[in-house]
Amino acid sequence: MTLSKRSERRAARPIHRDSFIEEWFEPGLVISNSPGDPEPSIRIEAGRVVELDGVPEERFDWLDRFIARHAIDVSVAEEAMALEPATIARMLVDIHVPRSEVVRLVSGLTPAKIVRVVDCLNAVEMMMALQKMRARRTPSNQAHVTNRREHPALLAADAAEAVERGFTELETTVGVSRYAPLNALAVLVGSGTGRGAALTQCAVEESLGLKLALRGLTTYAETLSVYGTERAFRDGDDSPWSKAFLASAYASRGVKIRFTSGSGSEALMGHSEGRSMLYLETRCLMAVKGAGAQGVQNGSISCIALPESLPGGVRGVMAENLVAAMLDLELASGNDAMASHSEIRKTAKLMLQFLPGTDFIFSGYSVMPREDNLFGGGNFDGEDLDDYNVLQRDMLVDGGLRPVAEERVLEVRRRAARAVQAVFDELGLPPIRDEEVEAAVYAYSSTDMPERDVPADLEAATALLESGASALDVIRALARRGFIEIAQNILAIERLRISGDFLQTSAVVLPGGRVLSAVNDPNDYRGPGTGYQLTPERRDEIARIPQAVDPRTIGAAPADEEPLLVECGPAQPGRQTDEIVIAVGPAFGSALRETLLGLPHRRVLEALIEGVRQEGLEPRIVKVYSTSDCGFLGYQGAQLSGSGIAIGIQSKGTTVIHRRDLQPLDNLELFPQAPNLTLDSYRVIGRNAAKYAKGEPVLPVPVQIDNMARLKYIVKTTILHRRETEQVAPGRPAEEVRLA
Amino acid sequence: MPDYPLSEKMAERLRTPSGLPFEEVTLEAVMAGRVTMADLRLTAEALELQAQVAEQAGRPQLAENLRRAAELVAVPDEEILAIYNALRPGRASREELLALASELEARYGAFRCAALIREAAAS
Repeated sequence: MTLSKRSERRAARPIHRDSFIEEWFEPGLVISNSPGDPEPSIRIEAGRVVELDGVPEERFDWLDRFIARHAIDVSVAEEAMALEPATIARMLVDIHVPRSEVVRLVSGLTPAKIVRVVDCLNAVEMMMALQKMRARRTPSNQAHVTNRREHPALLAADAAEAVERGFTELETTVGVSRYAPLNALAVLVGSGTGRGAALTQCAVEESLGLKLALRGLTTYAETLSVYGTERAFRDGDDSPWSKAFLASAYASRGVKIRFTSGSGSEALMGHSEGRSMLYLETRCLMAVKGAGAQGVQNGSISCIALPESLPGGVRGVMAENLVAAMLDLELASGNDAMASHSEIRKTAKLMLQFLPGTDFIFSGYSVMPREDNLFGGGNFDGEDLDDYNVLQRDMLVDGGLRPVAEERVLEVRRRAARAVQAVFDELGLPPIRDEEVEAAVYAYSSTDMPERDVPADLEAATALLESGASALDVIRALARRGFIEIAQNILAIERLRISGDFLQTSAVVLPGGRVLSAVNDPNDYRGPGTGYQLTPERRDEIARIPQAVDPRTIGAAPADEEPLLVECGPAQPGRQTDEIVIAVGPAFGSALRETLLGLPHRRVLEALIEGVRQEGLEPRIVKVYSTSDCGFLGYQGAQLSGSGIAIGIQSKGTTVIHRRDLQPLDNLELFPQAPNLTLDSYRVIGRNAAKYAKGEPVLPVPVQIDNMARLKYIVKTTILHRRETEQVAPGRPAEEVRLA
Repeated sequence: MPDYPLSEKMAERLRTPSGLPFEEVTLEAVMAGRVTMADLRLTAEALELQAQVAEQAGRPQLAENLRRAAELVAVPDEEILAIYNALRPGRASREELLALASELEARYGAFRCAALIREAAAS
């Protein structure tokens, strides 16, 4: 088949590099409603769940047993299970039903029933529900901080920039696992720089992760993976009980944790047992709740492209986010892996979490370029930061980030890189040279970083771990070398381990070591005007992106410049039939000096004059004061013109050729898109005007078409036109003028 | 009822496991060597307060987790890692897990953790 040229173009678009498949139930390649999914049911005997979603107790697998024992409130189950799914679904979007009532009922539901409930909701209803159900009132965001070369100065600089940009959690990882202590240390130092408040983690194997946390080199852990089937759990080398114990182990040391799950993992591991992704994910989430974890990162996570290949995949991922919130878990809502090749599709997917807000909209926004992201790259990365800030500003949505001026970015990057240089020196780690510090400040990616002695770094990393070095050694090293405020900031977070305040649901640490969680900042959304509201200060912060300019500075002419045109008294109707009037706007050559495109008014006028003269006619310039409208400028000029032909030109460059007998807003030729007009165009306009006067046949002036002109210039057009309109003097007759 | 956040509202009642008052954990104290990593931990009492906060907020499972954590405060890191590994699939027999549970109970009074381990052993 021969494709049309249009189809060829479409086929070459990034969306066609994404994979799309039809549903296939047996291997679990279906978002929800698999024929393999059970009917919701529960049977309770003597306060004990003896049947769960059609499975009797004697046939319970690990997840059934764990969920039945720990994740279902038997005192609510019969009441909640008796409700129609649609009734509970409506409560989710009903502003008159408080979050707490929904949480109470959901605590009595089985996994299959929860899936039935969220399946009643469309995407917009899910967003409304998520806005109400997320645990913490104030939304926030987590960053990924890694680089291919595992360069400590670059890690520290990126961590510091991430904190400055508003991220409240930083997640690093390793390419080579032995680097872990150095990477954790570098990110810890960066996290204390500048605004200096973020929890940090290093995603590594569980026991190494625990070790780093015990040393204080990290303050939270997130990669406690759970799965929706027993066999997938076994392949993941854990059970619900080992994970629950691990959660308690971390808590006993004052370390925040959240679990990780996400649809698609069981299908990917070959253990879906014919169940839908959403059903299995709901089982995961109930296991998370049962284990007593305060929260979860989900939203398919690294499997995201798998559900996205299926019908309803993005909606399903949104649904699993919602289920986590309904279960009263902290929600770090994914967006941490590449969801598509298509920028349109990536952004559309993000809106489902961005608009309602979650506890962490990204469970890893790549603050570096994608090539340096050892997690594979996020849905958004470093190059998209300005886009993200604009999205916040456009919709006045708090996406957790703050725009930062470049000078400040460079300042905190340098400070962090110098600090980690000092810490390496103090702890006897391989030296970080000054040129590495400077490179870290300005680098695009780790390819811009000088080489390091990799074997020496790895050896030092192992020795550091064996020596028992801790966050306190880092704090002391910083203080000894004069980085007092970084030392203070890190200590402010480390000492919170004594209180355990960030063990509560959805906790973040704000600058100054203040903890904000679902306990002291509970989501109290009850409809418009309630719940999280931007404060005036936060609104200003979101609005003030560095590239926004003061509109008062646009098109302002230097005050001391002489006017371009000398006025010679009121203009009279001309008697010369060979004259062409050029009627300029009231700001021409005075309040304004150049057109929208930046052509100086003098050069424009000279081009028009030259064109008229090339045809043997004589130009005559008048300045109109009674209007700034292009049509009326041309019309007034035509009334004064001996030939009856005039060129009307606004100061921004929009031009018309007019004739005395036409209606004011009619014309011979109109050039409404000033940005498309060059000096050559003005010359031809002059010639054409003369030809109309001579009664000769006229070829319309060729103009370039720039589809983006309106987009690029509409702000400047508005402001220049306002400046011209300010000069209008109603009733004042046109002035005869000449070039100064 | 505990007043949350404890670090702001009940700071005077918080102590490190070695008995150092929370408010004395300052940079000066760190520089003078008066604070060790063992101080940057919660006491079982602080975890119990946090468990009460979680319970009050309607989160019984989180409260239970924090109470299990309180039992583990006194258990050394290596022992915790060993128990975790024993709980992973195929690592320990049913009898070994039951023995581990009894030992935790006897040595640390860790009844909740022991119950969790027994549950794992039965699964």
